[in-house]
Amino acid sequence: MTLLTRRTLVTGGALGAGLLLSGCDKLAQQPGFRRILFSGEKINMGLQRALMGRNALAPEFRPDQMSPVFRTNGNSNPNTADYNRHVAENFANWRLEVGGLVDRPLRLSLTDIGAFPQRAQITRHDCVEGWSAIGKWQGPMLGNVLKAAGVRNSARYIVFTCADLWSGAPYYESIDMVDAFHPQTILAWAMNDKRVSVGHGAPIRLRVERHLGYKNAKYVMRIDAVASLAGIGLGKGGYWEDHVNYDWYAGI
Amino acid sequence: MDDPTALADPLTTAPNARSETIYRHRLATRLWHWINAITIFIMIGSGIGILNAHPRLYWGQYGANFDHAWLDLRPYGNILRSGWLTIPAGYNLAISRRWHLLFALVLGFGLLVFMIASLINRHFQRDLRVRAKEIGPRHLWADLLAHLRLDFHNPDDPAAYNTLQKLAYVVAIFILIPLMILTGLAMSPGMDAAWPWLIELFGGRQSARSIHFIAASGIVLFVIVHLTLVVLAGPIEEVWSMITGRWTLPGARSSEPPPPPLAEPEAAE
Repeated sequence: MTLLTRRTLVTGGALGAGLLLSGCDKLAQQPGFRRILFSGEKINMGLQRALMGRNALAPEFRPDQMSPVFRTNGNSNPNTADYNRHVAENFANWRLEVGGLVDRPLRLSLTDIGAFPQRAQITRHDCVEGWSAIGKWQGPMLGNVLKAAGVRNSARYIVFTCADLWSGAPYYESIDMVDAFHPQTILAWAMNDKRVSVGHGAPIRLRVERHLGYKNAKYVMRIDAVASLAGIGLGKGGYWEDHVNYDWYAGI
Repeated sequence: MDDPTALADPLTTAPNARSETIYRHRLATRLWHWINAITIFIMIGSGIGILNAHPRLYWGQYGANFDHAWLDLRPYGNILRSGWLTIPAGYNLAISRRWHLLFALVLGFGLLVFMIASLINRHFQRDLRVRAKEIGPRHLWADLLAHLRLDFHNPDDPAAYNTLQKLAYVVAIFILIPLMILTGLAMSPGMDAAWPWLIELFGGRQSARSIHFIAASGIVLFVIVHLTLVVLAGPIEEVWSMITGRWTLPGARSSEPPPPPLAEPEAAE
């Protein structure tokens, strides 16, 4: 007690806290601990799926609750030769390809997409960074498009391949069949009662409302039903998941 | 503090040092304390890491760059991004979220188990119940003055928590940590679908995020005050009692106050 004074305790405590912090980073680099750290995603997904009804809806809002300005984020223009040509043609010759584990692969024009029963929803977009914006989205339910294509029972995930290139490879995202057939999961071609702008993902942006923003892929070009995510990109189910360890389950 | 009346306490049947050690902290309290100490440490570090992705706070359902922020922490970015404050040390939103969302489970379920255990072992009823006479202004004032004299123990019942101490624990256990958990859940788009009432309770996701930040600031304040008082109250005895459960009564500590013939502790360094 006489040797261990308050001052040594306080400085010792501060040093200890510093060591703990750097220890956290060392731990997070150990493969074993990293597995534990990354297991939180599956636990949270399991808990949330157990707590929410399969078709439980994300909150919807009134028109007067919408954000005055809905900011863009991520890529705001794919700016590839193909994409720029589609923009110049107002997407008249653009087709959405639906393939993979389906009985009838589809090539849908914007007119075809508009001919499906439409769903309009005013929802909150939550960026992983922390900000939120409320906007109105309209389009066919993804589930109806998949039914039209005759999606097979062997399909477990739906993969969205996009027009924007990130280090040379297209942005992609994936969702499971629970979210694919959720009533609020739509292929939005309209935002705030206008065609989706280039900044927000023209011509089609996926809306998957029980997930964070990065799951809501912009510039969707192809939709594939697959049995496994292995072999696609780096196998983790999406660009951010592959490259910076974002959670594939983005419900939290 | 070395009040001789401590010897008259019924707990101390014989005037020797051994019997002046009492069993103060039950196993559930000690386990939760240390699990929570680590968890809160990780939650604050990783939470600041997440905050750094968009260090602006709003009220209401939505809020982003073009909306009015009630708190803009960008001017303090250099401090908030310093490596000694965040987990991980370098900015990495994905890894901060991995830490935060795994240890959020430890925080939430840990609190739940601790609360059930503390109802069963009567820790809450016995040690944390705030009686009406304790929160009268006169009693609180007297308690505050006693704190300023660094006099933390009622000589008639030295093991009991004093009122301000009790209030601090009650606020942390029953208000701040539950508020952290609930506002945290309210920020999850999945939970907003599962429990739509939760987001209504806080008036929107950005309000929930702001309350999350305010409650976290409250917890940081609690930790600072808590650690300061542990140091002032006799850090060895306090930490030892939180490990073993056994606590030496202040009056029975040989080294407190420091015996005059010895040098001042500060000078012993």
